[in-house]
Amino acid sequence: MKQMSQRVVITGIGWITPLGHNIETVWDALLAGRSGVQMTRQFDASTFPTQFSAEVKSFDYRQFVANSDLHDGIGSNTAFALGAAAQAWTHAALNSYPDLDVQRLGIYLGSGEGAVDFKNYFASNLSAWDDQRRQIDAVRWGTAATQQLRAVREIQQEPNMPLSHLAMEFGAQGPAYNCLTACAASTQAIGEATSILRRGDADVMIAGGAHSMIHPLGVTGFNRLTALSTRNNSPTTASRPFSIDRDGFVLGEGAAMLILETLDHAAKRKAPMLAEIVGYGSSADAFRITDMHSEGRGPTSSMTKALQDAEVAPSDVDYISAHGTGTKENDLIETKAVKAVFGENAREIPISSIKSMMGHLIAAAGAVEAIVCVLAIRDQKLPPTINLAQPDPACDLDYIPNISREAQIEVCLSNSFGFGGQNDTLVIRRAPN
Amino acid sequence: MSRHVVITGLGPTSAVGLGIEPTWQAAIEGRTAISPIESFDPSSFDCRIAAEIIGFRAQKYVPKWYRKATKVMARDIGLAVAGADLAARDAGIKTRATTDNGEDRSYSSQRMGAHIGAGLIAAELDELTSGLAEARDANGAFDIHQWGQEGMQHLTPLWLLKYLPNMLACHVTILHDAQGPSNTITCTEASAGLSIGESLRVIQRGDADMCFCGGADSKLNPTEFLRLLMTGRYNTTEENDPQLAVRPFCQTAAGSIIGEGGAIVVLEARDTFEQRRAQDKPMGYAEIVGFGAAQSINRNAKNLLPDPNGSGIDNAISIAIGEAGIDPQQIDLVIPTGIGHPDSDRAEVAALKRVFGDYLSKLPVIPNKALFGNCSAGAGGLDACIAAKALAEQTLPAIVNCKQPWPGLASGTTATRPADLRYALICSCGLGGQIAALVLKRYDNASS
Repeated sequence: MKQMSQRVVITGIGWITPLGHNIETVWDALLAGRSGVQMTRQFDASTFPTQFSAEVKSFDYRQFVANSDLHDGIGSNTAFALGAAAQAWTHAALNSYPDLDVQRLGIYLGSGEGAVDFKNYFASNLSAWDDQRRQIDAVRWGTAATQQLRAVREIQQEPNMPLSHLAMEFGAQGPAYNCLTACAASTQAIGEATSILRRGDADVMIAGGAHSMIHPLGVTGFNRLTALSTRNNSPTTASRPFSIDRDGFVLGEGAAMLILETLDHAAKRKAPMLAEIVGYGSSADAFRITDMHSEGRGPTSSMTKALQDAEVAPSDVDYISAHGTGTKENDLIETKAVKAVFGENAREIPISSIKSMMGHLIAAAGAVEAIVCVLAIRDQKLPPTINLAQPDPACDLDYIPNISREAQIEVCLSNSFGFGGQNDTLVIRRAPN
Repeated sequence: MSRHVVITGLGPTSAVGLGIEPTWQAAIEGRTAISPIESFDPSSFDCRIAAEIIGFRAQKYVPKWYRKATKVMARDIGLAVAGADLAARDAGIKTRATTDNGEDRSYSSQRMGAHIGAGLIAAELDELTSGLAEARDANGAFDIHQWGQEGMQHLTPLWLLKYLPNMLACHVTILHDAQGPSNTITCTEASAGLSIGESLRVIQRGDADMCFCGGADSKLNPTEFLRLLMTGRYNTTEENDPQLAVRPFCQTAAGSIIGEGGAIVVLEARDTFEQRRAQDKPMGYAEIVGFGAAQSINRNAKNLLPDPNGSGIDNAISIAIGEAGIDPQQIDLVIPTGIGHPDSDRAEVAALKRVFGDYLSKLPVIPNKALFGNCSAGAGGLDACIAAKALAEQTLPAIVNCKQPWPGLASGTTATRPADLRYALICSCGLGGQIAALVLKRYDNASS
């Protein structure tokens, strides 16, 4: 089957991240080891266990779209998605390709839900709270919420809204999906988009993700899970994957989008080929919703499947973009899984986590990291894992500590593991000549 | 050559009942389950009726060793877990959850996948607000400083995990030890259809032998209920006769009604199913022979409704029929989205006209939202169950609440009847414009 299927190349990339709003600015920041983390400004987090995050700064999507009326009232996740996709679209020169068949232009996103309208929602809830019975009076709630909540803001919380707005903006009428496998979502979206192109069910796919959980309920949820770093006195050094004193991840937000295309279609229209997606693996831990399997059986399986799919030997991998969240559990288990897959070679392969610099973009994280692989291949440079002064003795691989480096890079592997145990891995290779 | 894929287990959950037998009974009797809402007092909402599942308890559908986990399952998750249990048992599949320790399982864990459609899940209001109540200022208003210091501590540590949409699939994979490819698709009413399509592709290309797929959703809580009403697609003007409130494909339709539930179905590769069948003798319901996905664009309605001409819907259907290698005239039954909103229904009828031409006037088109309500991310799963069962039983379900069908349709209200059915088409069109179409073929259990 594999031999008969189409090859899939990346012809455009774009992102909106805590480190900037275009490819080169952000890439330079990553190579320079800069942090995008600071005290949270979108809401008053001053008494929260975690008071900092990696926010997207001063971003206005309207500079990226043709008709902003179409997108009135969108949430920040959709705004980030539009900004990132517009960059990728232009980068792939699809804005100057009138022959594009929009029925064969698809979209596969791994985007997160929009933020709750917390001021009006909380006010509605409290106005309907019955202190005696300690429960909501649904009649009072219905009256209050009908008055206070706005339809557009409520509908924009549906996780398929970034997808729906991209479809309107770019006129895409081909296969259209949004998946939401927590932190693995946009890696999965790229993998599934690749599968659709390989089968020949589309010529071009916009793939990626967008998400922001930097809002009171998002931070509350992760704080209650004790998943976030609480290093409030030092936000820029709080995200320290693989370090002995790591204490959790740092929330980021943003979007990253890739234009994927069949090799034939890209060649026919003489599009720039940035890299090729050669392997995809998906698995489930099927263990517990709260913990990863201690030997990392799910991540081991997704990496193994992706390498088999790519027909790439473990020894041919030149860089691993780690999931590397900075939680005690993830970094240890990811390290074990890499050793299980790569054996003796594990110590020879450079690995880094850019979450050390831009935090964890949750559903959007994997697409950002896929773009990092594309740029690493383009420039033969690898971004570092910053804040790695004291490695955890149990995390004993080459995590590219603190300083970027040059290296010969042909093949990259990118990991994303979701809360609840869904895991995805991509293998990305230098584009064919 | 890609592998053949068979639907071998059905796990529907809805207001008409749990499991395929009560579901199919309701479909052939044309019995609707829409009634006044009981789970919360809806008197201040614009709509006060729904298709509600009364008395559902997820604990009944999990083995003892997993009962504690039902405490961290939002209702949507519980419905998916129940659907998967029902589907696995219906298929006669032996998994971690359906066998005792030590018994042989039907499939190795690496060869089992799960692609499950899910909706946006709202936090339970009582639970969230009990914390908010501890974070009020002197005027009784929300005080974010107190929330950060004190209020949030009132939420259980695992609070977030109750509401993540991927937890439907995660709990199902844990229960059944399905360690293969796994995904969660969140495209409103198209979710279940797209998820079934994804499982189909995964099995066809050999990445798994068996998958759980479909979807489940519950909007029967004040937050999600209001959110859906705000889309403007629901019937907020008639509630005196709940049974007649949803009238899909009828010219008098006045909007949909919210339902809860959905279905998980079991797909198996024909080759592994036939090997298993030699020992276990289960029956296959139908083969999935075509799948198409597309996007409809309606900029005027901000994609909350499909394109008025049904453009996009026709693409998905044509692709699915094309993959099946048949002519449109060979389709014997259509289960459309048919939510019962005039604009949405009219768009769908326009698309069907373009695909089927004059043949549409002879083709049974049987929507089911009048029975189950609109179960959002679960709806397409119910459609798949009805289509698969109709093919297995060689029986057309009833058409209800359609006295004045849109011009071009074969019939309005019609009783159930036997029919020679070879191919059925399912089409799901969601809020946001994503579309999934599937073609099912009668499975000949005798010949193999």
